[in-house]
Amino acid sequence: MTGSPKSRIYNTALRYAAGLGILLLFLGAGELLSRYGHVPLPGSVLGMVLLTAALHGGLLRAHWVAPAATLLIRNMGFLFVPPGVGIMVHFGLIEREWLPIVAGGLASIVAVLLTVGLLQQRLERR
Amino acid sequence: MFATPGATSPEAILQAGAAIAATAGAYYGAAWLQRRLGGSFLLNPVLIAVTVLIVALELLGISFASYDRGGWLISFFLGPAVVALGVPLHHQMHEITRRGVAILGSIVLGSLAGILAGTVTAGLLGGSPEVVRTLVARSVTTPIAIAVSGRVGGLPPLAAAISVATGMIVSVMGPLLLRRLRVRTPTAFGLAMGSAGHGIGTARAAEEGAVEGATSGLAIGLMGLATAILAPVAIVLLRLLHLLP
Repeated sequence: MTGSPKSRIYNTALRYAAGLGILLLFLGAGELLSRYGHVPLPGSVLGMVLLTAALHGGLLRAHWVAPAATLLIRNMGFLFVPPGVGIMVHFGLIEREWLPIVAGGLASIVAVLLTVGLLQQRLERR
Repeated sequence: MFATPGATSPEAILQAGAAIAATAGAYYGAAWLQRRLGGSFLLNPVLIAVTVLIVALELLGISFASYDRGGWLISFFLGPAVVALGVPLHHQMHEITRRGVAILGSIVLGSLAGILAGTVTAGLLGGSPEVVRTLVARSVTTPIAIAVSGRVGGLPPLAAAISVATGMIVSVMGPLLLRRLRVRTPTAFGLAMGSAGHGIGTARAAEEGAVEGATSGLAIGLMGLATAILAPVAIVLLRLLHLLP
């Protein structure tokens, strides 16, 4: 990482590009496994598991992917704006079914907080 | 990636560019506003950007389909972003191996309880199959919610909206409810906030302390994984209960 400021900028840019490339390779592997391996998980989630395994097994160094990964995670909100705008296609449905959507959502939130919070605390204090 | 038939004409490229620029302007403008006004979670940049863009599209008479000619170039990166969650998951590995069984047990049961409570409530209140299927992916982080809901026949945009709303509700209601339930250990508090409220819940948990923040962050990835695995199982179960056709 030594050298002129200019070569440092190139190094940084290269690290981001290489990191994104690695993430895309794992995404592709996950998608392949999801489609042809008959694993009932989204390709991206499988890619996440494969990446964790590769990092943990020492196949991949964390600093190869960390800059690109951090950039994507920090800006994740920006990435789901377009799917969020897609809600406009479903305004009619929400108007008709606001009650099951809101009540179901709230019931689910309370169930998760209750189960995870109480169970984890009990298991820790054993 | 740029070789889609619709994106080859200069007009289509301009249209896509305008959609991307408007999305970036709306989101980063809202994020700047949130920081300026003291960082309140109510000023969620995703919520503000989505509202502003929908109002603008409605006023200008532009359909979602033509907006999405640029929009999909942004949301394409959700795939690698989910894969990227493997990096923090890797850094948290020691925590998982140390208290593995307790953490995995509460996350898996929490995921199952969340799926069933949400879908059964919605089903009993007359929710349509699309809505019930969408609620399967309710409490996971938004990009995974989008992927899982699409996979089990739900509506990804609705999943995205529910996921963001969920995170905001959890960051307000979560600490109150957990205190009332006398959940006091940092790990239990963090895991509950992260598994119920993903990234937005984690931001709130981190205000309580470092352990709360770290375990909450860990819960995001584990909850996403547990829900993705349990979702197809839950669909079968809901069919048996006649809550889905």
